[in-house]
Amino acid sequence: MEKKPTYKTIEQRAKVRNALGKTVIYTLLAVWAVIVLFPFYWMVLTSVKSYGAYNSEYIPKFFTLSPTMQNYIDAFTEVPLAKYFFNTVVFTVATTALMLLVIVFAAFAFARLQFRGKDLVFTLFLALMMVPNELVVITNFVTITNMDLRNTFLGLILPSVTSVFYIYLLKENFAQVPDELYYAAKVDATSDLKYLFKVLLPICKPTVVTIVILKVIECWNSYVWPRLITDDKNYFLVSNGIQEIRENGFGRENIPAMMAAVVVISLPLIILFLVFRKKIMAGVSRGGTKG
Amino acid sequence: MENNNKKGWLYLIPAILFLGVFMVYPLIDVLIYSVEEGFNFASGESFGVGFYNYSYVLHDTYFLQAVKNTFILVLITVPVSTGLALLISAGLASITKLKELFQTVYFLPYVTNTLAVGLVFMILFKKTPYSDGMINVLIQAFGGSTVDFLDGTYAAKMFVLCAYTVWVVLPFKVLILTSALASVKQDYYNAAKVDGTSKARIFFRITLPMISPTVFYLVITGFIGAFKAYSDAVALFGTDLNAAGMNTMVGYIYDMLYGDSGGYPSFASAAAIVLFSIILTITCINLLVSKKHVHY
Amino acid sequence: MKVVLQNVTKKFPNRNKRIKEEVIAVNKFNVEIPDGKLIGLLGPSGCGKSTALNLLSGLLKPTEGRIFFGEDDVTNLPAENRGVGLVFQNYALYPHLTVLQNIMFPLQNFKGDKKLTKEVMKEKAYEAAKLVQIDTLMDRKPSELSGGQQQRVAIARALVKMPRILLLDEPLSNLDARLRLQTREEIRRIQRETKITTIFVTHDQEEAMSISDLIIVMKDGSIHQIGAPQEVYDNPVDGFVAKFLGTPPINMFRGRVEAGKLWIGDEAVLSVTGAPEGPVAAGIRPEGFVLDEKGPLSCKLAEIEVMGRDVTVVSTHEESENVEIRSIISAENKVDLAAEKVRFSLKPNKVLLFDVTTDARIYFNAN
Repeated sequence: MEKKPTYKTIEQRAKVRNALGKTVIYTLLAVWAVIVLFPFYWMVLTSVKSYGAYNSEYIPKFFTLSPTMQNYIDAFTEVPLAKYFFNTVVFTVATTALMLLVIVFAAFAFARLQFRGKDLVFTLFLALMMVPNELVVITNFVTITNMDLRNTFLGLILPSVTSVFYIYLLKENFAQVPDELYYAAKVDATSDLKYLFKVLLPICKPTVVTIVILKVIECWNSYVWPRLITDDKNYFLVSNGIQEIRENGFGRENIPAMMAAVVVISLPLIILFLVFRKKIMAGVSRGGTKG
Repeated sequence: MENNNKKGWLYLIPAILFLGVFMVYPLIDVLIYSVEEGFNFASGESFGVGFYNYSYVLHDTYFLQAVKNTFILVLITVPVSTGLALLISAGLASITKLKELFQTVYFLPYVTNTLAVGLVFMILFKKTPYSDGMINVLIQAFGGSTVDFLDGTYAAKMFVLCAYTVWVVLPFKVLILTSALASVKQDYYNAAKVDGTSKARIFFRITLPMISPTVFYLVITGFIGAFKAYSDAVALFGTDLNAAGMNTMVGYIYDMLYGDSGGYPSFASAAAIVLFSIILTITCINLLVSKKHVHY
Repeated sequence: MKVVLQNVTKKFPNRNKRIKEEVIAVNKFNVEIPDGKLIGLLGPSGCGKSTALNLLSGLLKPTEGRIFFGEDDVTNLPAENRGVGLVFQNYALYPHLTVLQNIMFPLQNFKGDKKLTKEVMKEKAYEAAKLVQIDTLMDRKPSELSGGQQQRVAIARALVKMPRILLLDEPLSNLDARLRLQTREEIRRIQRETKITTIFVTHDQEEAMSISDLIIVMKDGSIHQIGAPQEVYDNPVDGFVAKFLGTPPINMFRGRVEAGKLWIGDEAVLSVTGAPEGPVAAGIRPEGFVLDEKGPLSCKLAEIEVMGRDVTVVSTHEESENVEIRSIISAENKVDLAAEKVRFSLKPNKVLLFDVTTDARIYFNAN
């Protein structure tokens, strides 16, 4: 005769099954975490191995007992990494600042001002959101070349100082600010510009910060446009710089030095991410796309 | 409350100016380029109008190779990355301890430079006279034989490209799916639990339908993104992708435009329009399918 | 500052774009508001009173007519140049600024020779804050304040620039009942102290009656009556005003005038010499009923609500337009709850007659 399970055995079985399930889930998650982190570990590890040590390891070692900073020195002295870095900072700051100005004005007009044709223009703007960059890059390349702006910061920056999507994002946020605040400011003789910068922008700061962060990430990692528009190393950004280092780099296949350069150019964004982790993730889930 | 016509347009001028020059005009221009035959970049003259550019591109073996590569990449990475992302975010949703740590780690690739980390992937997979590379060491450890991933067979190269692409696109998908899963009301799960529904059934009959709009959104953006793949390939195989046989459609466009084989904006334009006709078609098909299957 | 509106009309395009006809929110306003008074602009929601307020503030421009502040024609002056103080229904405090910064904000917009130094601005801000008794909260953000405190900050911000007139849009509607009583006294006090002509909009007749020097009753964009609260209550020009003012509301009956008497049902309840014969709408204020065993009006007794000083007798009548008739009588009167009927005689000055079709007041002589 089969034994009828008591509540106690049912309870116990459920407990075991639960614990088993949890273990499996944690193991899988941990495995994926390792896969994600491993390249980062490898890049840091390789960057502190000496050139000689690295090349003598037929089977690469998972750790090193004699870390060296020499590769970092090489990265800054043998190739103009500092220059690439500086260029990228200039490019990122200038693009982001200019873009903010353009989109803040546009978003303000759409959210706050009444004028004929507004709805039509806004619809056209939204339609432009669907235009892929790859389609317009050809003419932009020709335009910038004809304007003699190759190998200039202006040429790098100009095509990416507007983003319809960010205008949309900011406009939505502006529109959420109660009308009364605008009227209150009007009654108190506040100009539109003062209202925009003293009231609207401070209130919408979270969205502005999100947009800035997303744009900074985009700028820091941009590769295609800079590659098209610059062939003078003096104007290379980090992405092109790393490609240059890889192809004509250190005169020899100096992988540890290359990895040091990779660490250096990855670090700013990783630090930015760790500091603004919540903001970035919230921002990306609201407005980012990749892949 | 009152109209202020001039002021409104004044505020819009910068945006309209930039969008006009760098988006609207190029959009029209690319169509014109693509039908101008024998366009000479230096003199800015062309022979006439026709479809020769399209014909050239469609008969170019490099382009056909790029199309093949891109399609394989899309067909592998989109399902794999979406499935993996579902698995991971479902796992994340079922735990509380260490959840935030895992989320942070998983998101890390999103903020890294594709080119830079691609270089790390390259050295992990690369087989040189001095070393078989990290991955090959692992393969050997499990009793396999080494593979030349970066200069070897087509399948091996494609494998690396797909692996790296999945690694790059996953953070976004996991993030979006995690927040979609978090927005499913606990009530549904509680109701299902009380009815004694099994975990698998809950996932497939409740969770998945609830987040189906998000999944379809990810599939569509995934398709579009994968069709536009380029810099991942550059990171792994260098700028001369044609030589490596690993060019993508976007890569072909840029190569036509600039670089060693560049200087042909007409061919680039024709290729770009072909690419976006494909993307548009597939997006439309996706949307039609999703209308049928998304439960909202 | 005296405020004069001459024939002021505001039309809006219809929300439904297919209908060409414009919506008239404010129809031919002719008002003269005396200097230094507290005026209640009263009406049911959607009657156009907020539009009227926005016309005064300059946020809206009238379609027709002229607006004068004192001798100045301000009709086409935009809001920023009118020098009015405006307190919004939801206060519209800047959420990212402290109380002090909020109050100082209007002063920072002064230009040219009116420009103030930081110290003066601060001084003025503190003065205004003291007036509304929030000078201890100057460093807080609006989100850290209670509704009542936010309201005071909003008033201080409106007062700090010494406006020519002060406008308040539903100033009490977002406060709870107790705070409402307190705040309306406060508004009265502040107005008395500053002597600024103040106009406030409300849909609550009790609020308007209790503190205004003058009330303007409006409906559907038109002014029905202007006058001191008591006068408007006692002498409404039409049925709408009579019904809108007073709690409990006036009791309306279907009646008729025959041979100089007002008939309700088959009872002649009051002699109304001078009123034209025919059907009328008869309104009797709750305090117009007198318990009288021999009184002419008999009603079915429903309930008695004891209020302490007064007693509310709730009864019904076939000819009553209201579901129940509420009459307030002194608590000294004893009412027998067991009785089925209750009889009243009426105070002639509390009985108001209105035309059945035009709703206009019908005047009569009680003797």
